[in-house]
Amino acid sequence: MAGQRQYEVLFIVDPAADEDEVTKITDNFKQVITDQGGTVTKAESMGRRQLAYEILRKKEGTFVDLELEGSGKEIAELERRMRVNDRILRYLTVRMDEDRRRAEKFKNNRARKAAKRPFGSGQTGGRRATPDFAASEEASEA
Amino acid sequence: MSANYEERNRNYEDRQRGYEGDEEGDRGRGPGRGRRMHRRRICRFCIEKVDIIDFKDLRLLSNFVPERGKILPRRISGNCAIHQRMLAEAIKRARNIALLPYTTD
Repeated sequence: MAGQRQYEVLFIVDPAADEDEVTKITDNFKQVITDQGGTVTKAESMGRRQLAYEILRKKEGTFVDLELEGSGKEIAELERRMRVNDRILRYLTVRMDEDRRRAEKFKNNRARKAAKRPFGSGQTGGRRATPDFAASEEASEA
Repeated sequence: MSANYEERNRNYEDRQRGYEGDEEGDRGRGPGRGRRMHRRRICRFCIEKVDIIDFKDLRLLSNFVPERGKILPRRISGNCAIHQRMLAEAIKRARNIALLPYTTD
């Protein structure tokens, strides 16, 4: 039970809000996170962009991406605040640490396999380096 | 006897049309026949050793979302099961946050 979890929170701010307001909102959220005992590892505005579909009659919005570490308490508080805030059109929280651990596992497995078969197709790593020829060769051998 | 002939004939026609149904059966039947529809399956993500598919990476995701906004099936993209699952997850997340459409009409 390692206490620290990693989250990514992406939220969309109302296009009516100007840059200053966006940074103000972002700073406010960062404050909330640190107050709750979490740490912000990344805060980045992805800028204003078109929405794929309308949300509350709006066709674009400013996307802000936060990455943070914590116990999960700060997420609860952050989400509550985002729900209350009219300027936030939508948010999405994704837990990252599990996926990252899984990725690490894949990487280790690959390394182990490569070590086992030094003459295998270690460099390309894929199942078949040259798809067409490799397949036909296999067929003729069998 | 005549039924047998018809049966054979039908199979022949199927092959002419590039019949997809019975891949296993088609394989041994001679070079070049019925091979056309069976494309090599290569998982792009396995070759590039992708471990995490980011839902913000629209340039990547849009390759697997055709015009209609649906997720491209594995049968066509050739992705492996693991990566197709990761991809589907990423596309669904992107839809939720309005980076990708649910539908287009």
